[in-house]
Amino acid sequence: MLAALAMFGALPARAATAEATKAEATEPPKVELVLDVSGSMRARDIDGRSRISVAQQSFDEVVDALPGETQLGIRVLGSRYRFPGSPKTVGCRDTEQISPVAQVNKVEAKAAIATLRPTGWTPIGLALRAAAKDLGTGETTRRIVLITDGEDTCAPPDPCDVARELAAQGTHLVIDTLGLTLDDKVRRQLTCIADATGGTYTAVQHQQQLTSRLNQLVHRAGSTYQRTPQQVTGGAQCTNAPVLSPGVYTDRERFGEHRYYRVPVTPGQELRASVSVALDRRLNPDYGVLLRATSQDGQELVRGTDAGSGRTDVLSTGLRWSAQGPDGSPEPSASASAGTTGSASGTVCLIVSNSFAAPPGVRTTPGMPLELTVDVVPSSPAPNGPDLGRGWLLLVVLAVSGLVAGLIVGWLARWRIAIWKEN
Amino acid sequence: MRVTRLLSLPIAIGILALATAGPAFAGGKSSPKPRTTIGTAGTSFLTATTVKPGQSARLSASTGDYLYWSFAAAAGQTDRIAVTVGLPTDSNRLGTATWNIDVFDGLRRRQACTAGPQTVTAQSGAAKVELQCTLRRIRSWAEPWSSDPLPGTYYVRLSAVDLPEQGLGLPMDVRLRLSAKHGNAEPQGAHLKAPLSPAVNPGATLAPDAAPSVEPSAVSSAPKPLQRAESWFSWPSTRWWWTIGGGVLAAVAGVAGYSLTRHPHRWFS
Repeated sequence: MLAALAMFGALPARAATAEATKAEATEPPKVELVLDVSGSMRARDIDGRSRISVAQQSFDEVVDALPGETQLGIRVLGSRYRFPGSPKTVGCRDTEQISPVAQVNKVEAKAAIATLRPTGWTPIGLALRAAAKDLGTGETTRRIVLITDGEDTCAPPDPCDVARELAAQGTHLVIDTLGLTLDDKVRRQLTCIADATGGTYTAVQHQQQLTSRLNQLVHRAGSTYQRTPQQVTGGAQCTNAPVLSPGVYTDRERFGEHRYYRVPVTPGQELRASVSVALDRRLNPDYGVLLRATSQDGQELVRGTDAGSGRTDVLSTGLRWSAQGPDGSPEPSASASAGTTGSASGTVCLIVSNSFAAPPGVRTTPGMPLELTVDVVPSSPAPNGPDLGRGWLLLVVLAVSGLVAGLIVGWLARWRIAIWKEN
Repeated sequence: MRVTRLLSLPIAIGILALATAGPAFAGGKSSPKPRTTIGTAGTSFLTATTVKPGQSARLSASTGDYLYWSFAAAAGQTDRIAVTVGLPTDSNRLGTATWNIDVFDGLRRRQACTAGPQTVTAQSGAAKVELQCTLRRIRSWAEPWSSDPLPGTYYVRLSAVDLPEQGLGLPMDVRLRLSAKHGNAEPQGAHLKAPLSPAVNPGATLAPDAAPSVEPSAVSSAPKPLQRAESWFSWPSTRWWWTIGGGVLAAVAGVAGYSLTRHPHRWFS
């Protein structure tokens, strides 16, 4: 029953926040499909059909199954200039949007897809930049789905660097990649792009697989959280750190850097903070992240830490802290907590640091994406000891004491009657 | 007319009883049968798909994806997560891969599994991998400095922690089942004022000299007087039964002791 009560307490809170998110979101989910139409797409190696015809069929099916509110754009690269045959300078600027990011006109979109013929170069980096521009800025996550069968033939710019640069620009952008070949170089490039933006990589071997994956990714755009975290830049010291209210924030942190944030916490409140650092590039296998809460004079209050090794997407940790009186219970009077917080203002500093390192040759800027969640809730006092007892020993003690009490009362009564009779 | 009305009443009651008993029988002991299957999974903490105990999730994904689910857990609950990964048929290409499930609480702190296997290495050619994780029983209260499991949101992440490079991006089939067992929450009579459910909305930076916010975000979860009274009496607590039983026993023993002194011949004769 207690558990059930607590459950009902927990669930509406989440439901309420989800509803609030839904109500406040006004922007529809936005996705852009970026299709490689380079010469190599002529190869007939997927279910005995050419790569381009497989992609065209899947695009048609995705457009048909598109959720009503999703805004979908289509951009192609390498559709106009021949490769080889045309100069690199023009071939590497060859990307065009064949369907703008908007409510899709299914007939027009399908007609545009049907006209595509595999021709030219593969300027992936440029196409990604253009696609990010097409999607614009806003408060929802933007998704790019890149479908290609070859590595970039136009680097520099290296598409992986472009992806990291786009991810660091502030709009929350996720690039999912689909490779139409099992080639090692292509896979390395596409996984690098996906990792840099928190996206996924899929190696497509069948037409059905391509359709279902594309549908899944487009629907995922709709179910993605509607409002992206608030951008913030942590300070180098506590004194000039940004002051945060409850919510989700995003920032970037380089190797070995410390980022400071401040959160006002009044006595009787509990601070809850969590941090996730995303591993968006090739890193040395062992790593760690540390989140510390200190008072303004540098006294450590509590820390959260996690470490790991091997392949992972984010490394995260969290902490709880509440202002406690000297007697150990949270005291909602200002004087009680002044001793522990060290200052009357009741501000706690959060320090995020990491122990990541990268092999030589890996870029260290921009820093790794960092997600910070801050919440301030009423603190929960320590429970009192139980008022009631339990167990066989309790029964024995009660029964024996009852028996003894009965005997004493009985003997007293006999003794009194005896005295009364004598008198 | 009257006869039919009289007859229809027990029949209606019988049907009602059957209807209510049906799910209970189907449910078994530990958790009710999954009513629905969810076809999605998130790709980060913020996008994690919510799963309820008793439900399952099934979807196709690519090897190398990080899949996230979240669920709400109440005090006294012991949750068990089972994940089955159907590996690609082209599993020679996948090679030897290690799969892992991580569980995090609402503050994204790693939670320990009391029973596993949490990590499984699939040899080249294996058709599927079965992973399991039983969490610790959720406590009703813990000191802020401890990392004990508390009521609130929990996250499950499925990932391939060791995968050869050519094994990335291959199709796989993932199935997650979540079940929960309910028990006594410790410490008794204590509760967390706000469940460990993280903020999901973007925050706002304040002016540097802003006064600390007096209105906390989860102020609505502060206990009302009625709730407080409930926590004092916390009726279904077994301590009440033990104590009441003890009191009755003591009273009986007291009367027995009294009558023993007044009429000993009834006892020893």
